[in-house]
Amino acid sequence: MALLSIEDLWISFGGIAALSGVSMVVEKGKIFSIIGPNGAGKTTIFNCVTGIYRPHKGRILFNGQDLIGKRPHQTARMGVARTFQNIELFAHLSTMDNLLLGRHMHMRTGILTGALLLGKHSPAAKEESAHRERVERIIEFLEIESARNVPVAALPYGTRKLVELGRALAMEPTLLLLDEPSAGMNQEEKRDMMFWIRDIRDDFDVSIVMVEHDMNLVMTVSDEILALNFGVKLIQGMPEEVRNHPGVLEAYLGRD
Amino acid sequence: MDMKRHYYEDVELFKTNTALALTVLFLAALASIPFLVGDYALYVLNLIAIHAIVAIGLNILVGYTGQISLGHAGFFAIGAYSCILLMVKAGLPFVLALPAAGLIAAFFGFLLGLPSLRLEGPYLAIATLGFGMAVTQMIGHSDFTGGHMGIHAPKMSFLGFIADTGPRQYGVIMIVAVVLTLAAVNLMKTRVGRAFVAIRDSEIAAEAMGINISWYKTLAFAVSAFYTGVAGALMAFALEHVSAGSFNLILSITFLAMIIVGGLGSVMGSILGAALLTYLQLKLQIIQEAPLIGPFLIEISKRYFTTEGLPNIQSIVFGAIMIGIVVFEPLGVHGIYLRCKRYWRMWPF
Repeated sequence: MALLSIEDLWISFGGIAALSGVSMVVEKGKIFSIIGPNGAGKTTIFNCVTGIYRPHKGRILFNGQDLIGKRPHQTARMGVARTFQNIELFAHLSTMDNLLLGRHMHMRTGILTGALLLGKHSPAAKEESAHRERVERIIEFLEIESARNVPVAALPYGTRKLVELGRALAMEPTLLLLDEPSAGMNQEEKRDMMFWIRDIRDDFDVSIVMVEHDMNLVMTVSDEILALNFGVKLIQGMPEEVRNHPGVLEAYLGRD
Repeated sequence: MDMKRHYYEDVELFKTNTALALTVLFLAALASIPFLVGDYALYVLNLIAIHAIVAIGLNILVGYTGQISLGHAGFFAIGAYSCILLMVKAGLPFVLALPAAGLIAAFFGFLLGLPSLRLEGPYLAIATLGFGMAVTQMIGHSDFTGGHMGIHAPKMSFLGFIADTGPRQYGVIMIVAVVLTLAAVNLMKTRVGRAFVAIRDSEIAAEAMGINISWYKTLAFAVSAFYTGVAGALMAFALEHVSAGSFNLILSITFLAMIIVGGLGSVMGSILGAALLTYLQLKLQIIQEAPLIGPFLIEISKRYFTTEGLPNIQSIVFGAIMIGIVVFEPLGVHGIYLRCKRYWRMWPF
């Protein structure tokens, strides 16, 4: 069953066509990669799906509902979580608080109940403890225990990437959009990321769409791949098909 | 080192027994002060407590949510006038009029929060500035609010208890201040407070978390205005008389100075900043009586300003102290406190 289907998506910025009639279908429970040279429109697709951009034309169906016209906080509540290419964390907050913010939409505490956080059995305290427990599980899964109470601005780059991934997982999404999850990581961290992406799909029951430049990672973990160039779809297919597609080879290596 | 055994211990109001003991000690000190000092000292403490409430409210908006307001004197005025008018003209008892005044201010805060959805930084500052000035003008020119002459405040009363003496007034104001402080500490540790901070740190990520930033920004304005409104009402009782002219731009900026000097994004900092600036303002009024430098300052003011130039000296000293604190400790007085605490923990290393 198609979890996310994008049909004929068009968007341009000041005369530059960022996406020209792109279509793609992501099956439930799959790991789907979007590849292409810089400026191909990969992140633009994420921004259209999450509601940051509004495409000029086309349809984005998620679980049968149209996502076009939805605001980012609405798409988040519908089950779409994402990470950002340049890491968008809450810099002054600790890892724990960042992850708890991922739980925001699953929590209920308001102004009055929050202000009345008195004693272990007040509703706010109970809710806080319950969600802390869930966050703790994610911290354990990503092995970032040592960063738990550190303000994220003080963490090394690789750890910040993991915190951002953890925060997206804390949202319990149905669809996880990862924007360059292994960028800036060393070989060892990239290998770990490869296992994590698979584990996340299996353990957290989410479908994953990722934008990634590391071809080794992409070819190893992806079930399906979409290749873009200058906002135009080259091919959607299995890793083998995409690897040997003449258009993809040309986009990356040029014509001889 | 104390080990945590339950997740609740992370959000507990008093994380250690030492903290609990110190707080109890502090509250006991607050409670015993009226038996030890005179009415003027109580009046000073009342002003500090009232300014601390405003500073906490303003810090929720500026320090935690990352918005700006130059119009908080407007909410202060709305709180003061609403409370008095509700009591005098509508006959509401004090216990109902006080929270009602806060809610009316919160409603205006909500309205003022709406432009904040589209405006940022300097533009928002100007919009809020306009609001503050408009409120003062409207109150000053309406007969209903007593015009330029202002209105007289009745006594605070509660089920036959009338706050007609200094200690009684101090008691009521302190209780409200302590309750609102604890509420703010708790609020900032839970879901809504975290959402405020998230908006300050990254709006784009906050939205990706499912936080409706339009709603939370207006909410921050409303909560901030509630605190300021309640403080304004208490101020009316502390001064026994309010007039529109006193709620001017300088007041809004003084509130802002309190939280910047005290420490942005900290409840403790708000209180420290309010205490420091309120005390300084009162002390600087009698700066000519200061030992050693007093006669010297009078001499300077006579020579370089007019003979009535003492206010200039006050402003210069006040400004110099603020610049000094912000330059040497960007986190404000709260930053100095944190540094001392760390030094003490690490001692003797």
